[in-house]
Amino acid sequence: MLYFENWKIALICAICALGVLLSLPNLFSPSLLASLPSWLPHKQVALGLDLRGGSYLLLEVDVAAAQRERLNTLVDNVRNALRDANIGYTGLNVDGDAIVFTVREPDRIDDARQALRKIDPDLTVDIASNGPGTMRFSAVATEARRRQAVDQSIEIIRRRIDETGTKEPTIQREGADRILVQLPGVDNPEHVKALLGRTAKLSFQLVDATVSLEDARRGRLPPGDEILPAEEGRAGRVGPAAYVVHRRVMVGGDTLVDAQPTFQNNEPVVSFRFDAAGAKRFGDATRDNVGKPFAIVLDNKVISAPVIREPILGGSGIISGSFTVQSASDLALLLRAGALPAPITILEERTVGPDLGADSIHAGAIASIVGVVLVVVFMILFYGLFGVFADIALIFNLCLMLGSLSLLGATLTLPGIAGIALTMGMAVDANVLIYERIREEVRAGRTMLSALDAGFKRAFGTILDSHVTTLVAGALMFWLGSGPVKGFAVTLSIGVLTSLFSAILVTRLLIVTWLREWKPKAIPI
Amino acid sequence: MRPLIVIRRTPTIDFMGWHKLGFALSVFLTLSSIGLFLTVGLNYGIDFIGGTLIEVRSTIGPANLADMRAKLDALNLGEPSLQGFGPPTDVLIRLPRQPGGDAAQEQAVQKVRQALGSGVEYRRTEVVGPSVGSELIRAGVIATVLALFAIAAYIWFRFEWQFGVGGMVSTLHDVLTTVGLFALLQLEFNLTTLAAILTIAGYSVNDTVVIYDRVRETLRKYPRMPFRDLINLALNETLSRTILTVSTVALAVLALLFLGGPVLRGFSIAMLWGVVIGTYSSLFIAAPILYYVRPNRAAIGRSVDTMQARAPGAE
Repeated sequence: MLYFENWKIALICAICALGVLLSLPNLFSPSLLASLPSWLPHKQVALGLDLRGGSYLLLEVDVAAAQRERLNTLVDNVRNALRDANIGYTGLNVDGDAIVFTVREPDRIDDARQALRKIDPDLTVDIASNGPGTMRFSAVATEARRRQAVDQSIEIIRRRIDETGTKEPTIQREGADRILVQLPGVDNPEHVKALLGRTAKLSFQLVDATVSLEDARRGRLPPGDEILPAEEGRAGRVGPAAYVVHRRVMVGGDTLVDAQPTFQNNEPVVSFRFDAAGAKRFGDATRDNVGKPFAIVLDNKVISAPVIREPILGGSGIISGSFTVQSASDLALLLRAGALPAPITILEERTVGPDLGADSIHAGAIASIVGVVLVVVFMILFYGLFGVFADIALIFNLCLMLGSLSLLGATLTLPGIAGIALTMGMAVDANVLIYERIREEVRAGRTMLSALDAGFKRAFGTILDSHVTTLVAGALMFWLGSGPVKGFAVTLSIGVLTSLFSAILVTRLLIVTWLREWKPKAIPI
Repeated sequence: MRPLIVIRRTPTIDFMGWHKLGFALSVFLTLSSIGLFLTVGLNYGIDFIGGTLIEVRSTIGPANLADMRAKLDALNLGEPSLQGFGPPTDVLIRLPRQPGGDAAQEQAVQKVRQALGSGVEYRRTEVVGPSVGSELIRAGVIATVLALFAIAAYIWFRFEWQFGVGGMVSTLHDVLTTVGLFALLQLEFNLTTLAAILTIAGYSVNDTVVIYDRVRETLRKYPRMPFRDLINLALNETLSRTILTVSTVALAVLALLFLGGPVLRGFSIAMLWGVVIGTYSSLFIAAPILYYVRPNRAAIGRSVDTMQARAPGAE
């Protein structure tokens, strides 16, 4: 135990030097860091949003709502399929996650099954022998759709956030249908939240002029039509509160290739351009319906319903409504970025202003430094020279912790700083165990060397056991915890590991070197 | 350089003589903690029940709490709570969970911002929807229960099952009384408190393991010593270590408590209590329990041989 092979000494020194080197960039300002030669490590510990300021948003993709909407559109297909096959039915509706209906004539059930199977291969068709039937998406299809919806949402959210000019956003999947968005430096996320909260599904639908709104509301809604409310605009805007429109979409917003805010007659408007397919469909539709009004629908609300004066063949157009400059530019942004495949809810928001972050770093750093100084003084008071050895090891431990955090790219949070401060107190426990053991062995009458040897040997098992239990707690926190707790778990666990190295190996190396160089007669303990 | 303070000889405190009083005290503490938890309940932070927390700083001198309260009361957002937080300019506003799901919480923040107007700076805004909160509670409870079992399993694996029982009982005691303290003082119980509780569990066992290690060693060394004396000896021999370690950890925690800023205060209070109660429970619960569950001496004696064969460190 009291002999070190040369390569071990070299390795321990190398690890300590590496720890110092990797942790040093954290003490420098960014400008100083930039002036350092490139072969030196530059990486600083990544600060969590609670320290650097910024906004953390946890979003949920409402996959069920998207599925419900899809079922609603499929109901029309079911109606048509049954009608085409001349099969009588009643009670066709969407109930929860299924389309329900009852086939009137039991002997036509097989025909119904056949006709309905053709609608969508993802749908399973179930019809009981006495008539009632259900159609729902298979588990595999639902799961595939969920994954697709979340992936797509991440992509769209990324585009929307990039358009706002936020620097270094992090957007990642969390669990099955959640998305975690981190926006460093954003201290008022209202605008971003407003942008993310909108599905931005745009469509052009013909207005049904054959029926008045009042009649439709009284239950005389023609099949294939729907009533859509008008977008609430600025005060004083005139126009109907809702429109009766054909459900069939003339052209969807997915065919847009560009959208820009602009002005027309001094009013803010949004100009847009279709891709080739969209342009053709829009051209055809407008040519066939000259003189009729069509509705520009965004998220199931009618923005405006202009009358088609002439066929629009150029593949571009203008959406006018009661826009402000801001809302026109937001709408253009949303149309450029594309529609979300499903609505999104914000489950959790944590925003920290830059001042609070700076204050937290300051307070955390002071508390850690004072903690370390107190422990250092305490160890010297109780162990003298050996206390100094433990203190040197403690400083290396701090460097190794910061170095590992920088190297691993772990994020330091405020609870993480608490973890560092706490580890400083716990790290010397290994030294205390070893030194107390050495004292006991000396008291038991052993010689200096054998007492030192036995102290290290016997304390080792205890140190290992007691540290593993802390690691167990750390691992569970990392596994089950979220955000701040994870940050704490990381620093605590790294601290336990580095303290094992520093308290056992570094301290021992210091003591061995002291023995060799000073050749003391007794242990000052 | 010699140390200034040295405990010269092994103390001879009769811990076992006090253990019944310790048990009684612990049973009392644990039962009152459970009672407080069930009757008064915890002051859950928004992490767990959902709701809104806004930390504002007045940019025009000390904050006028009464004025702010009047403005917020007019919004009809349930009962907002306002409290000073650190310097006199800072105020912590809590809004209860708004009816109407996750989206309604967001709108409440907007209303508050409009009502308070200029003259305040928003330092922190946290909005937690009800669905996340209940998940966090579940994850927290699972983590704590798993931690208790994992720790017991590890001790069982390294020692004997009797030690595992003792470690688990004393750790459970520490966790429950920490929860009790939070219920008694109505300190906010949030995610960082949960982190503190898991750390306390880890620390408490750390302390217990050191003592158990010594009990096992003493068992092997003095196969015929009565159990009572043996536990006393192990506790006395490790007492100086126990005191020194609890002191260094307490120093670090005290620095956090007084200098770490208001955000870490709850965490630091929990840790400080945990360090004290963890040490107490190692001495007066974990060790004396062994007297009742009686580890199998023969088995421990046998395991010496295998230990020696495996670990070069063991003598």
